[in-house]
Amino acid sequence: MALIEVDGVSRTFTVRARAGRFRRTRREVRAVDGLDFTVEEGECVGYIGPNGAGKSTTVKMLTGILVPSAGRLRVAGVDPARERVRLAHRIGVVFGQRTTLWWDLPLRDSFELVRRVYRVPADRFRRNLDRCLEMLDLGPLLDTPVRQLSLGQRMRGDLAAALLHDPRVLYLDEPTIGLDVVSRNRVREFLREVNTGHGTTVLLTTHDLTDVERLCSRVMVIDHGRVVHDGGLAELHAVGESERTLVVDLAAPHPPVEVAGARVVRVEGPRQWLAFPASRSAAPLVAEVAARYPLVDLSVREPAIEDVIARLYSGERAGAAAGAGEGAAVRSG
Amino acid sequence: MADVEDGPGSPAAPGAGGGSAPPVGRLPGRTAWGLRVWWMTAAMWTRSAMAYRTSFVLMTVGNLAATGMDFVVIALMFRHTGSLGGWGLREVAFLYGTAGLAMGLADLLVGSIDKLGERIRLGTLDVVLVRPAPALAQMAADRFALRRIGRPLQASAVLAWALAGLHVDWTWDRVLLLPVMAVCGTVIFASLFVAGSCLQFWAADAAEVQNTVTYGGATLLQYPPTVFARELVAGTVFGVPLAFVNWLPALHVLGRPDPLHLPEAFRFASPAAAALAAAAAGLLWRAGLRSYRGTGS
Repeated sequence: MALIEVDGVSRTFTVRARAGRFRRTRREVRAVDGLDFTVEEGECVGYIGPNGAGKSTTVKMLTGILVPSAGRLRVAGVDPARERVRLAHRIGVVFGQRTTLWWDLPLRDSFELVRRVYRVPADRFRRNLDRCLEMLDLGPLLDTPVRQLSLGQRMRGDLAAALLHDPRVLYLDEPTIGLDVVSRNRVREFLREVNTGHGTTVLLTTHDLTDVERLCSRVMVIDHGRVVHDGGLAELHAVGESERTLVVDLAAPHPPVEVAGARVVRVEGPRQWLAFPASRSAAPLVAEVAARYPLVDLSVREPAIEDVIARLYSGERAGAAAGAGEGAAVRSG
Repeated sequence: MADVEDGPGSPAAPGAGGGSAPPVGRLPGRTAWGLRVWWMTAAMWTRSAMAYRTSFVLMTVGNLAATGMDFVVIALMFRHTGSLGGWGLREVAFLYGTAGLAMGLADLLVGSIDKLGERIRLGTLDVVLVRPAPALAQMAADRFALRRIGRPLQASAVLAWALAGLHVDWTWDRVLLLPVMAVCGTVIFASLFVAGSCLQFWAADAAEVQNTVTYGGATLLQYPPTVFARELVAGTVFGVPLAFVNWLPALHVLGRPDPLHLPEAFRFASPAAAALAAAAAGLLWRAGLRSYRGTGS
C-alpha cells in the first residue's frame, strides 16, 4: 500500500475583496485542483513549482493543517484532516523559514521537549539522538543557545528535531533556503542518508533544482494547482528542453563567440551568455571557449524552475501538435 | 481540547515508528494531556526568560510597582469622598482585590493567547498544528511570562488589607464564597481571553476587542456596580458574564442590596456562569480552528 495517497484532492479559498465603499466581492480561488498521486514507502520526491502554484497548500493538507475541499487523502494509514494528532506522531515536518527550536535555550532542551511531547521511549530517543548528532555533527553544539547558532547549524538542529520520533514521512519546505554551499551540501547528504539508509519517505518542496538533482529520484512539477510533470529529473529537462547558461568573461569586448552546441543569447561588454542544453556537460564547451578565446572567468547557471516550467508548457503544446509520444509523464492539464 | 481528533472506530493502524499511543478520544485523558502540555510549554518559556535574569527581575519589580500605584489612585480618591456609590474604601478594596486576582491569574495562565493573530499572519500557527498536542494548550502557554505574577500578588495584598478591615459577619457561606470567587473569576476571565482571541481567526486585528473586554472588564469590576448605569450592569450579568467574577458574590459577602433586584440565587451562580463561559470559549475555539483549517466557516 502506498504511504501517501492523494485522490482527486482540491482546495479552494474564498477571497474577499472590497469593491467600492460598501460592496464586497467574494471570489473562489482554486489553490489545488484535482490532485492525484501516490508516493511509495522509501521514495524521495521533489515537489516543485513557481510561487503560488499550490505547493504549500498541498503540504499543509498532507500534514493535516488544512482540510481539503474535495477528494481523499491518506498518509501513513491516517486521514490527515480527521486525525491530526495521530498523524503528527508519524510525520516529521521542517519548515525552512520557521524554526521549531527554542531561541533562548540550549539545543538540548528543544530535543528534550520533543521527547516529552511525542512521548518517545527513552532508549529509542537516545538511539535516534545519537544518530542525528553524529551525522549532523551537532554534538559540540548541544549546550549552545539556539540564538547563537548559524543559520546552517539551526537548520541541522531543526532536521534532528523532526526525526527524533522516527517519523515515516519527512516533509521539508525549502530546507536549503538561505544556506551557504557547505551547509547545503551537508543537509543534502544527511537527507540522502535518512532516505536511503533509514528508509524514511521524503517529500521536499524547493526552489533549488540542485536539491532535487542530488536527492530525488522523482520530481513532481505543480502549476496552477495541477501536476504538470511527474517523473525523473532528466525527463523533465528533456521534455522542457531546458537550457543551462555558461557565462564567460573575456579579456576584452568581443563579437559573439561561435562554438558548436551553444548559442550566444546576450552580450554585454566583455561578458557573454551562452545557452546550451541542460542534458549536456559543460566541460567540452568550456574547453573549446578557453582554447579559442581569451577567457578570464566563467560560471554556469542552472535553469530556473520558472523557465523549465515555461518551456514545459510550450513543449507540451508542441508535443501535442506533433503527436510525439515523449514517454515521460506530461499530463495534459 | 478542541480540534477534530480520532473519529469513532478509526482503525488503530499499526506502524513502525508510529510513536506511542497518542491520547485520543476520552475527554478527561485529553484534558490531562492538555494540562501537561501547557505545563511543559510554560516551563520552557520560564527557563527562556531566565536566560535574561536581570531583565526578568527588573520587569517583575516594575510590574509590581506599576500595579501598586494603580490602587493608590483609588485610595487617594477616598481622601475627598467617604464613599463611592455608597461603598466604603475597604469594600471597594475588596472589589479591587477580587477582580485583580482573577484577572491577573487568568492573564498569567492564558493571557498570551492574544498573540494568535500574529502567529496566523506569520504562519507559525502551522508549527503548532503539526505537533501531537492540543493546539489550545500550546497556544495558551505560548510566551508564558512568569513576571505577570506581579498583578495577582498585588491584588492579593489589597484583598488581604480589605478583609482585615471589613466589618463582616464571617459565616461559613461567606468564607466559602471567597475561594469560589477566585477560581470562578479566573475561569471567566480565562474564557474571555480565549473567546476574544478566537475572533482573530476571522479578523487578524481583533485583539483590541478582546482587550476591551478583559482589561477593560477588570477595571470596571474594581468599582461598585452602583456607580454604573443599570443597563451596563445588566450587560455584565446577561451578556459578558463579568458580574459573576465579583459583583454578584460580593453582594452576599458584604451584605449589600442588589441594584438590579435579581433573585438571591444569582449571588451564588458564579460556578455555573464559569462553566458556561468555559464551554462557550471551547466551542468558539473549535469553530475558529475549523475555519482556519477550512472545514467550515
